Amino acid sequence: MAEQGMRFDLQVISSWIEPGSRVLDLGCGRGDLLAFLQSQKNVRGVGIEADREKAASCISRGLSVLQENFNEEVLDYPANHFDYVILSQTLQQVYRPEELIRSLLVIGRKVIVSFPNFSHWRGRLQLLFTGTAPKNEHLPYEWYTTPNIRVIAMKDFRKFIAQINAEIVREVAINSHHHQYKGNIIHFLPDWRATYGIFLVRAQSE
Amino acid sequence: MQIRVGEVDESGRKYFTFGAHGPGLELDCGSRLGPVTLAYETYGRLSAARDNAILILHAFTGDSHVASHPGLPGAAALPGWWETMVGPGKAIDTDRYYVICTNILGSCRGSTGPCSLNPATKAPYGLAFPVVTIGDMVRAQKALIDHLEISKLLAVIGGSVGGMQALQWCVSYPHRVRAAIPLATTMRHSAQAIAFNEIARQAIMADPKWNMGEYGDTPPELGLAVARMIGHVTYLSDQAMRRKFGRRLQGRQGFSFHFESDFQVESYLHHQGTKFVRRFDANSLLYLTKAADYFDLTGSDQGSLGALADADIRFLVISFTSDWLYPTYQSREMVHALKREGLDVSFCEIEADCGHDAFLLENERLANMVRGFLGGVANNG
Repeated sequence: MAEQGMRFDLQVISSWIEPGSRVLDLGCGRGDLLAFLQSQKNVRGVGIEADREKAASCISRGLSVLQENFNEEVLDYPANHFDYVILSQTLQQVYRPEELIRSLLVIGRKVIVSFPNFSHWRGRLQLLFTGTAPKNEHLPYEWYTTPNIRVIAMKDFRKFIAQINAEIVREVAINSHHHQYKGNIIHFLPDWRATYGIFLVRAQSE
Repeated sequence: MQIRVGEVDESGRKYFTFGAHGPGLELDCGSRLGPVTLAYETYGRLSAARDNAILILHAFTGDSHVASHPGLPGAAALPGWWETMVGPGKAIDTDRYYVICTNILGSCRGSTGPCSLNPATKAPYGLAFPVVTIGDMVRAQKALIDHLEISKLLAVIGGSVGGMQALQWCVSYPHRVRAAIPLATTMRHSAQAIAFNEIARQAIMADPKWNMGEYGDTPPELGLAVARMIGHVTYLSDQAMRRKFGRRLQGRQGFSFHFESDFQVESYLHHQGTKFVRRFDANSLLYLTKAADYFDLTGSDQGSLGALADADIRFLVISFTSDWLYPTYQSREMVHALKREGLDVSFCEIEADCGHDAFLLENERLANMVRGFLGGVANNG
């Protein structure tokens, strides 16, 4: 099944998406998720990808993709244009996360956000015992080479969503590696044990 | 409208004439034109459902010969201007699609233009030819598509002024088009683009041989060659010119200390100018530059891209990094306008150092995107 060829967090995300909906995938890479949603869930999908080569490879497989920087480009869509906006493993690299999430909640009825959980126990222990910034398989960077400019713990994210008057509809903590197809869902002590958090967020109903 | 369809001529062209009797073609300037002949070429086979037709729109000084006709004798078998993209098994696959390419109204490559005979005077129109617009060109093309009994085109594809026509098709006949690929183009000319066109026009009109457009067999060759040289510079780029010519001298060891051509780039431009004079009409160039300058699909009224909200058209917009005639920001503006209307649009800027002309050159990424996009449109019936 095609789903198994996809990153584990993307498998979880795609299971949340209603068939036939309109989806915007930010930082869609080579379009694996979009292609899957299109063929298996009859979704009308659009991707935004800044890298020219990746965007071109999406278009070459027949996907609708814009080669752009999504931080500015999301502003152009009409309100509630999408049923879902997906921001997978990118939030930690966004310069103005609050502005971005607010815009996404305008153009999409629901927003799915996934990011590496910086409060994983290994990171906590590493900082506590070695006194150095956490570095491991899913965060394999030095402080001076990392593209991740935001350090997000799942707890921080929940607090942030409450502060901007949005609500978390669904939340899953997973344990998998960055590019792994397999993983598992964590129920016990997720803030300590999850490598990634995935959240389904929507603007709070009046 | 009266219809006359000629046979395929030795260069592979067919001809479609309409408006010989009756009111003729209604033009944006308010007057009417008839009869109107369009030279066109077709490739591949129209499906029984008549749903695999792609209309390719040529740029400025192009013609209907987009690709070779290997089965035909003579000039018809020569490579076309987009041979790399159009043909059996190529990105625009003529085994799968029925490809139509027509010479634009106002040109001199088989379609009606200022060098055609004015039926009222039996002499070439010259300046009596009405100023035509991109909208008029597309209106004439639509008469051909009606004549071919194609109710909906699978795609309209064009680069540069051809891209303008592709966009105009979507605006004028949104329900007759399923997809559009505007390449290296713009929603409207910038002041810079108009400026270069005006220099080209002035070069022609300043040539005494131009004679208010009545030059008969002695055309303003010098003016036309200069006009082409100017155009050609805008199609290249700083990088491409450095790579191709640098400051290399042409056939000499040192400077001539005369006003002969010293540099390779000079003799290249002269060659381009001379070559062009043999195949293009000076008055046509005046009319076509004017049409491109008048083109403007911005704004929010009926005739703009912003009025396309209800159209079910998929777009693939492509720009090239070194194109300074229609830079990427102009393609992005187009993409923004389409997005704001909620239209399905894809966009990619291709890295290429050859300037505006890049869309005509072989490019694997361009070919893959066009192939994949068309496949996606064709499969989603």
